[in-house]
Amino acid sequence: MTDRPDDLPRREFLKRAVRAGATLAVTGAAAAALFDNTPPSAGVGVSPVGPPFRDWSLRDDGPRLAIVTGRDRSRTLSRAIDALGGIGRFVRPGDRVLLKPNVGFATPPDLCATTHPDVISVLVRMCLSAGAASVVVTDNPVNDPDTSFRVSGIAQAVESSGGRLILPREPMFRHVSLAGSSLIRDWPVLWTPFQDVDRVIGICPVKDHVRSGATMSLKNWYGLLGGRRNLFHQRISEIVRDLGMLVRPTMVVLDGTVVMRRNGPTGGSLDDLEAANQMIAALDPVAADAYGATLLGRTAGDLPWLAMASAVGCGTADWESLNPLRAVVD
Amino acid sequence: MRIVTVRRISQVFFLGLFLWLAAVTTFGEGRFQARGWPLNLFLQLDPLPALATTLATGTLYAGMAWAVATVALTIVVGRAFCGWICPFGTMHQIIGWLGKPFRLSQRTRMNGPSRWQGVKFYLLALILAAASAELVTGSASRSVTWPVPAQVGIAVAVAILVWWALTRVVRSAARAAAWSAILVAAFMAAGRILPGDEVVVSVDLVGWISPMTFLTRGMGTVVLPLLDRSVGLFFSAPRHSQGGALLGILLAASLLANFVVPRFYCRYVCPSGALMGLLGRNALWRVARTVPACSMCRACDADCEGACEPSGAIKTSECVLCMNCLPACEEGVMTFRTQPSMAGERPVPDVSRRGVLMSLASGLALAPALRMAGQAGAMASPALVRPPGSLPEPEFLDRCLRCGQCMRICPTGVLQPAGFGNGVEALWTPVLNNSIGTSGCQPNCVACGFACPTGAIRPFSLDEKLGRGDFAKAGLLKVGCAFIDRGRCLPWAMGRPCIVCQENCPTSPKAIVLESIVETLREGPYELDEIKGTRVKLRGALLRPGRLAGGDHLLAMAGATAHGLPILDNDATSVVLARPADDASFTPGARLEVRVRLHRPYIDPDRCNGCGICQHECPVVGLRAVRITSENESRDPRRSMGRG
Repeated sequence: MTDRPDDLPRREFLKRAVRAGATLAVTGAAAAALFDNTPPSAGVGVSPVGPPFRDWSLRDDGPRLAIVTGRDRSRTLSRAIDALGGIGRFVRPGDRVLLKPNVGFATPPDLCATTHPDVISVLVRMCLSAGAASVVVTDNPVNDPDTSFRVSGIAQAVESSGGRLILPREPMFRHVSLAGSSLIRDWPVLWTPFQDVDRVIGICPVKDHVRSGATMSLKNWYGLLGGRRNLFHQRISEIVRDLGMLVRPTMVVLDGTVVMRRNGPTGGSLDDLEAANQMIAALDPVAADAYGATLLGRTAGDLPWLAMASAVGCGTADWESLNPLRAVVD
Repeated sequence: MRIVTVRRISQVFFLGLFLWLAAVTTFGEGRFQARGWPLNLFLQLDPLPALATTLATGTLYAGMAWAVATVALTIVVGRAFCGWICPFGTMHQIIGWLGKPFRLSQRTRMNGPSRWQGVKFYLLALILAAASAELVTGSASRSVTWPVPAQVGIAVAVAILVWWALTRVVRSAARAAAWSAILVAAFMAAGRILPGDEVVVSVDLVGWISPMTFLTRGMGTVVLPLLDRSVGLFFSAPRHSQGGALLGILLAASLLANFVVPRFYCRYVCPSGALMGLLGRNALWRVARTVPACSMCRACDADCEGACEPSGAIKTSECVLCMNCLPACEEGVMTFRTQPSMAGERPVPDVSRRGVLMSLASGLALAPALRMAGQAGAMASPALVRPPGSLPEPEFLDRCLRCGQCMRICPTGVLQPAGFGNGVEALWTPVLNNSIGTSGCQPNCVACGFACPTGAIRPFSLDEKLGRGDFAKAGLLKVGCAFIDRGRCLPWAMGRPCIVCQENCPTSPKAIVLESIVETLREGPYELDEIKGTRVKLRGALLRPGRLAGGDHLLAMAGATAHGLPILDNDATSVVLARPADDASFTPGARLEVRVRLHRPYIDPDRCNGCGICQHECPVVGLRAVRITSENESRDPRRSMGRG
């Protein structure tokens, strides 16, 4: 060892060597631990696939279709549900209920492009009176969600009747693959609000729709789809059928008090509307839609998806075979 | 209570008020919505946007008159707005305090005067000159003309200003006066002779840099959208912000600069502060030293927010009335009073007359230079789709502060800050981007016109927007028109049913109309092999199972005029018909073809208001097959396609 001033002191050299060695070791260990010799697969970025929804349908021997004639939505709806055995048949004390209205557009209730708020309030109150633990209302509108719920009057109806509104947010969607469907494959579906609910009720108006003939109970579930769901319009009958397979509701309410005869599904003018004064409550959404089509003057032949949905067991297009209970309130 | 405490309370109050108003800039009457809150209060209190917009338009518009209150306050006591009210100033002050060095000497150096403090005055000159070109010349293109005496007064004022600046360049005062008269006369003549809207134009650049617009824009287009995206605070759908990264970087840079020099923006950049510094020149009360000489400990300089050097000849235009020097002085010689400081005063920091002259000239030249490309006229970008109620482009640019209030309040988020693509002078002005946002421009909405502080988007009613009631004759308020790109549209180009655009068109009757056609598929024809009930076996077919399902496809005799029978399903070699074939010619060996029933969309330009919902919903995901461009916009008849 020399005393030349430019020599590295031994202690300093050792310290530096230890630090350098440690850095080398950490770098080497990290590289070895993270080393990956397989190239990224083609499926990279595809979200995991979850199970489809549970089946909420009711399989008892009670009546399955009620049609009530009248102008006052709250009265016809109450009467229709009474005819089916009362709300207690559908909602048991402690049940958590989800209502799925059609809140597609930011249009006022008078234009009937969205589920009428009166129907929502009546149904929320009924469910709560039957002892429901909670009633949530959700949809994924076409137009801006906040505005659609507000302008359609549905937000106010839910709040004033004691329900809870769930606005769709990105994390509430989950990618779902539906068995038997070629379209709903790894597709985002409004998911979270449907977890932990015991009953699901769809509520929608009867509207004209050029592509599918009409938009009613089955197509109402389109609102559960996320992503660029408009792609499915190329195969509209199949997607409507598949939506019937995706959601098996406890009940559907099809509001034909005022129907949208033309310019659907947006409407936009009172001239597009016509009073049909029919309120339909059904356990069978296909039957409800088959009857609803008659209110628009359309036949099963105009709506191929009725037969297709029937063929996969979503219900029957022969609504008369269900011996519908009829009533008139005025 | 100490004066500094009072100042802090005031700052916290106004910062809180600003944040509250920013938060409730959403359209509606809910608890956290706009209701009747004065959303634009701070934009209106800032005197520079009011002044520049008045110079550019000839009028002091509505709520912008609140600036008069700030002007009055400033004339009486100096830049109290900066030190006591301005929320941007308060943010700078807080961040500067976080980065405050411990040692007195370091703080004294940081908070000492700098020659860069003059920059804001040059910016002020530039902005005011750019805004006032048309006013000074009385240009023929102006929509608002001032009375002749006012124009003479303006001309004389400008001549005096030019003379004052020229006396440093031209040694003789008389020659300077002569030059000034010649220049001003020539400029005014040019304004009257040259085509006004091309050469002598005003442009309101104040919004790019003035403090309240800068901060409001940053909040509305970056900070709050980030909160929406992460926690869905005010809107349930995530909010996008076109070019938001640049806006965010600028906001962050302006705030982080305080670690380098406290109140960096206030001292060097803020043109509103410069204007208020000049307005406060004759303030009745001012910060002053009561004795001609003190111990020169410079404790007063150490925490000086304005870097106005209270220990020496105080620069009155720089003092923001933070009052930190009052308690800092252990000798108690700093005070706030009517008499000038015994240590002397200087009205402004180092600002050269040449610099001011250059800035004025640059400002006057800037607007015509920006318009050279003709983007406000003949070369207007078709992608520049302005919100409903917007003024014609030149008048719009005279007023728009780029504050982003319209973008923030827009319920769908379709209004976005324009980038550089639509002309530099349009930077950060609102433009509709139908690819982002939740659903185009909603028919039942008037939010942007409600929010605009300057009337660049004038307030419009729902009746006006929808062309009903008193506006039935004027028709729809159009922002543009939809065009179908037939090379990209699925039914037009690819033989696939779609019509999502027609379905979502919100007008009644719809502005997208359909033509129903039946088109023969390119594969085939096929030879009929055998028929069993509704199942028809085809020889030579190799179909994807289910491809023809759903009722859109038809099986027909090749070349026949009859449309054919609807197909319900298919496998590789056979199809299932909706009903048994009753056509007698359907026998083995017959030549069959598959057809598809399509609806092709057409636009009715009289009914289309350019809302963009069709573009937003179009399933052609990238460059949409139906797109809005600015043709037919109501605001400018020159953009009309005429009536068919």
